[in-house]
Amino acid sequence: MKLLWFHLMPYTELPDDFREQNPSVWVDIDSKLFDPARAHHMYNDFMDELEYASQCGFDGICVNEHHSNGYGLMPSPNLIASTLARRTADTALCVMGNSLALYNPPTRVAEEFAMLDCISGGRLIAGFPVGSPMDTCYAFGQNPSLLRPRYHEAHDLIMKAWTEPEPFAFNGRFNQQRYVNIWPRPIQDPHPPIWIPGGGSVDTWQWCAERDYVYSYLSYFGYKMGRATVHGFWNEMDRLGKDRNPYRAGFLQFVGVAETQQQAIELYKEPAEYFYGRCLHVDPRFANPPGYTTEATLRARVESQVAKAADRSAERANLSIQFEEILEKGYVIVGTPDEVAARLREVAVDLNIGHLMLLLQFGNMGKELAMSNTKLFAEEVMPQLTDLFDDDWEDHWWPSPMPRQQRAVPGTLTEAFWQ
Amino acid sequence: MNAPAVRSVEVNGFACRVWEKGDGEPIGVLAGIGGFQRWTPFLEALSQSRRVVVPSLPGFPGGEGHEVLDTQLDWLLATHDLLTAADLTGTDLVGVSVGAALAADAAACWPALVNRLALVSPLGIFDEDEPITDVFAQRPGALPALLCHDPANFEVATAPSKDDDPTEGQIIAVRAHEAAARLLWPVLDTRLARRLPRIGHRTLIVAGANDQVLPASYSDKFAALIPGPTEIVHVTDAGHLVDLDAPEVLAATIVERL
Repeated sequence: MKLLWFHLMPYTELPDDFREQNPSVWVDIDSKLFDPARAHHMYNDFMDELEYASQCGFDGICVNEHHSNGYGLMPSPNLIASTLARRTADTALCVMGNSLALYNPPTRVAEEFAMLDCISGGRLIAGFPVGSPMDTCYAFGQNPSLLRPRYHEAHDLIMKAWTEPEPFAFNGRFNQQRYVNIWPRPIQDPHPPIWIPGGGSVDTWQWCAERDYVYSYLSYFGYKMGRATVHGFWNEMDRLGKDRNPYRAGFLQFVGVAETQQQAIELYKEPAEYFYGRCLHVDPRFANPPGYTTEATLRARVESQVAKAADRSAERANLSIQFEEILEKGYVIVGTPDEVAARLREVAVDLNIGHLMLLLQFGNMGKELAMSNTKLFAEEVMPQLTDLFDDDWEDHWWPSPMPRQQRAVPGTLTEAFWQ
Repeated sequence: MNAPAVRSVEVNGFACRVWEKGDGEPIGVLAGIGGFQRWTPFLEALSQSRRVVVPSLPGFPGGEGHEVLDTQLDWLLATHDLLTAADLTGTDLVGVSVGAALAADAAACWPALVNRLALVSPLGIFDEDEPITDVFAQRPGALPALLCHDPANFEVATAPSKDDDPTEGQIIAVRAHEAAARLLWPVLDTRLARRLPRIGHRTLIVAGANDQVLPASYSDKFAALIPGPTEIVHVTDAGHLVDLDAPEVLAATIVERL
């Protein structure tokens, strides 16, 4: 199986009374809480951590897009990915992803992803999220009733821009361009693998199946809450006559590894409570812009347990913020390397997940702990997991980079430069 | 209350319900946020003096086809086609809230379509210095108290009737809110201010004294931009949806003052 190291880039210094004093970590978060000089260090620490994960042998490193958000400091994940392209060698760069309807024109995504694919020598995984209500409708003012049609049109335009060999005119419902001609073009032929981060919408499952894209269930609520949704996804794949290749799916899980179980509890309690208590403190008034959820999904939520389980606003409403409950509900898995490996193996088999995305830095976790968590995972957990599925299934959704010997080696700066 | 006569007209190939009741000079009514799930006390009171014609806008209860309306022009043409199909040409027209934004726009663009205009808590303009409350960013359950002085008035008006499938009732309410958002997102400004100077009609502007959505000054802003003869009436004990909070007072105001 493939193991990917995912960074949300949370602001790590929200005050202790954040939850009491602020209505929301997202959309209308108090800008006075942001200290750019501290963020300078946070960004650089976070990029060190991503680069370290690459050095430690993770198959991929992931970044994502959020706006006006205290737990996601990447309005442009492409900026981060471009530095990672220069400072890593063989790791897949998973941009998870660009919210297509927010780019005007959407060919911007085709261009920037092509740039990343060129700079990295063909290591890009292209994530195409619809985007959360908070990011798209509130922070960026997109009309929730038009968001999905815009997303689908943007997708079609980007795919055509990547695959059409000649300049073409595009006369869409929302986008009109007389000359579409992507320059640069991606290294991967015909294009980088497409992964779709999603919730529990049956429409999205069907859409991924039709186009043979990876469906990645990105929930902060762990394997227990995610079980019904992921099983629902596989049942739908069965119904559509698709194979159960585990690499069709991705799943996100928070993990903390330590030498002993007791040590793990001591080390990861604070960052976990920081994440669930402060970072997920989102004002419910930003959860359901009218029209964001399709009528089909609304009906399904009334009628189906699977769709109900995937309703994120419901998950958020019952959020646990005490560590004991966080562990009990499986939001975060902590333990010794053997315990964590056993649990993750069990989860991967049960959910049939070939792409496991790991949050090994979360909340206000500092660089030292994030790196030791990463190192322990890489040295002692990873070897117990990597063989999974490999004998039976091929990953058709992984980047195909240029051969290593044909790729450029980034130049180095002299020591004198830094003096 | 006897039920109104019901018929269906087509807008862009989609069915839109038209209610009709009463005798006398015809008057059209375009609903506010939430639409009309049922014949309301306001419509009944108005029908005592006038022949009340209530066409449902696309996406609002009784109306289909909001999903093909992408732009303000699409909405405006749909409003024109709906009024025309409902035989509301050259008649008085009442619009509430979102319905008032479209009623005003229709009068501005096709002056002969409307005789006199009653704009109740009209939306369609936005002043950054005095922002409208964001009706589309509300916590669950907050809408009734935001839209009505007495929240029960909104709950009663939008509750599905006993015969309705409860799932369907929920979907209808969500769809109505989506349709309003589709037109008004994100700041409830349809650029109506650019077209209000085309309105030469006699225009009655009605404001709920307890409106939690629109700042009080918005009535004056509308009146200042409309060159036709305008009159502003403030209704006490009424929120944004004046028709739900003060049905008799609003009906009497329209009958007597328009």
